[in-house]
Amino acid sequence: MVQERALPKIQSASAQITKEEGLVLYEDMILGRFFEDKCAEMYYRGKMFGFVHLYNGQEAVSTGVIQAMRPGEDYVCSTYRDHVHALSAGVPAREVMAELFGKATGCSKGRGGSMHLFSAEHKLLGGFAFIGEGIPVATGAAFQSKYRREVMGDENADQVTAAFFGDGTTNNGQFFECLNMAALWKLPILFVVENNKWAIGMAHDRATSQPEIYKKASVFGMPGYEVDGMDVLAVRAIAQEAVVRARAGEGPTLIECLTYRFRGHSLADPDELRSKDEKEAWFARDPIKKLAAYLLEQNLADQSELKAIEKKIQTIVDEAVEFGVNSPEPDASELYRYIFAED
Amino acid sequence: MAETLFFNALREAIDEEMARDSTVLVMGEDVGHYGGSYKVTKDLYKKYGDLRLLDTPIAENSFTGMAVGAAMTGLRPIIEGMNMGFLLLAFNQIANNAGMLRYTSGGNFKIPMVIRGPGGVGRQLGAEHSQRLEAYFQAVPGLKIVACSTPYNAKGLLKAAIRDDNPVLFFEHVLLYNLKENLPDGEYVLPLDKAEIVRKGEDVTILTYSRMRYHVMQAVKSLEKEGYDPEVIDLLSLKPLDFETIGASIRKTHRVIIVEECMRTGGIGAEIVASINDRLFDELDAPVLRMSSQDIPTPYNGALENLTIVQPQQIIEAVKKMATAKV
Repeated sequence: MVQERALPKIQSASAQITKEEGLVLYEDMILGRFFEDKCAEMYYRGKMFGFVHLYNGQEAVSTGVIQAMRPGEDYVCSTYRDHVHALSAGVPAREVMAELFGKATGCSKGRGGSMHLFSAEHKLLGGFAFIGEGIPVATGAAFQSKYRREVMGDENADQVTAAFFGDGTTNNGQFFECLNMAALWKLPILFVVENNKWAIGMAHDRATSQPEIYKKASVFGMPGYEVDGMDVLAVRAIAQEAVVRARAGEGPTLIECLTYRFRGHSLADPDELRSKDEKEAWFARDPIKKLAAYLLEQNLADQSELKAIEKKIQTIVDEAVEFGVNSPEPDASELYRYIFAED
Repeated sequence: MAETLFFNALREAIDEEMARDSTVLVMGEDVGHYGGSYKVTKDLYKKYGDLRLLDTPIAENSFTGMAVGAAMTGLRPIIEGMNMGFLLLAFNQIANNAGMLRYTSGGNFKIPMVIRGPGGVGRQLGAEHSQRLEAYFQAVPGLKIVACSTPYNAKGLLKAAIRDDNPVLFFEHVLLYNLKENLPDGEYVLPLDKAEIVRKGEDVTILTYSRMRYHVMQAVKSLEKEGYDPEVIDLLSLKPLDFETIGASIRKTHRVIIVEECMRTGGIGAEIVASINDRLFDELDAPVLRMSSQDIPTPYNGALENLTIVQPQQIIEAVKKMATAKV
């Protein structure tokens, strides 16, 4: 029998959505899922290299948080498991796929790869491959919004930053240091923990003295919430509240999303430690199926509309692969380009 | 011309650049109300406020990462390492993010930031406060590394570093903050990639930087009296190295001594020797001589500390030996 934390309840009133919103969420989650499935296929076919960390199962977090923000204006900061955050932030699938193919048309011009996706245009700060190092960078972006507003008098500088990271990261000093500074200076930032229970092979409960991560906010005087990370409406509702607080200058929020990765840590991970029972219990809570069921139940969508979205996304993903395959390799004469700002 | 202390020259540079550009700010431990551990930012918070002179908690890796994030999004932060040695705790943010992120992002972001503070061997400060991180950081791609040595070049180089669109590691020396010099009244900015010829000469080229410049010049004073004529170059820019100036000197003297305060193994001098061998080997009449600190943690005991770094007498002997060596 797999022991799980009791799921937090959310208020259904705050989770009301329109048909249009529901379909946007569904499309974003389907894009994340189909894109990652295609990555696995490409990796196993030898088209993609290096460490590739897929996001399957966690889509409700990326979609729920980023769709509660203003994608393209607000900042997003990710980890090595960054493909889907990039997609939710609006980086075109073809640019992400081309990057994974190492091509010159990739969002990082083939210099970054899977764990180093960036897009200044879409306010994606990265793609950070080491644990915790993106949190200070995100905190700096949030500080910048406050600085522009208060020092430079820019009233339009109300951008919010979301920093995504996993349960393993919450035992790292940069997590605590940045929670402290963000609360101290009331920075407009969301610290979003994707607690998928496992840091590669280290079970969360074996790594931390207080497994309920959201409680760690309280010592910094910061609101901390736990939310069902398999429920996009619940994530979105909490994120919306946090975004409102952040924009109003009321400071940061820690959001712990209880979620699960449906694949191994990376495609190189044999994934031998997680039990079959545990996996099956979580597979049964697939966040995409959950949203689909809700949309159908509430008569916000019918099967044909959902199928149409899936078909549209499959085409986008297939085209992304085609774009990646057909794109040029980076020019060897530009090996040294981008070392310095003038290049 | 106004006689200015070294730390005030740095302060003037920061003050002028903050007045000129509202995106320039200072972050670090005790940079605001306390005024910096060497008074480089004294009272600037009164003029610019607490957000532009941001007193941070003692969290080097995180506030350095914050500066990277602020730089990526359009500000121009200056980080003060209260002691540059503390920035070992920020090695990841400096190397992975300040140094490499522009490249790994394929040019998406630039990182205009300055990381400055006191380095070098002081007077009996113990090993941890006596570090020469320039040697550790020189291999990181994307970083520029500067070592200032006089009030004049400290001010001009710091202003240039603040205006540069790249991350600049800017080393001051803990024993030089009280030097005085008459500075020009008007504004001036010095190039970040140019060495300074401190003394023109014919016999031998001495390449040095930071405080060792003064040990070299002390030696040169004695050597001059005995008729020796060394050329002394203060590198100022440790990365990139100014091989135009270095090369011109070597083509003239054909003999090179490097005097540095970093440790011998993996030091700045080691890189220079390799580069001279690559580019100018045929110009040499003798092997390049490297005079470095000993490969040991800097000892607390004053006598042992003096044995750890290069002393003027050793430089005198080395120049005599090299200048008179037969080709």
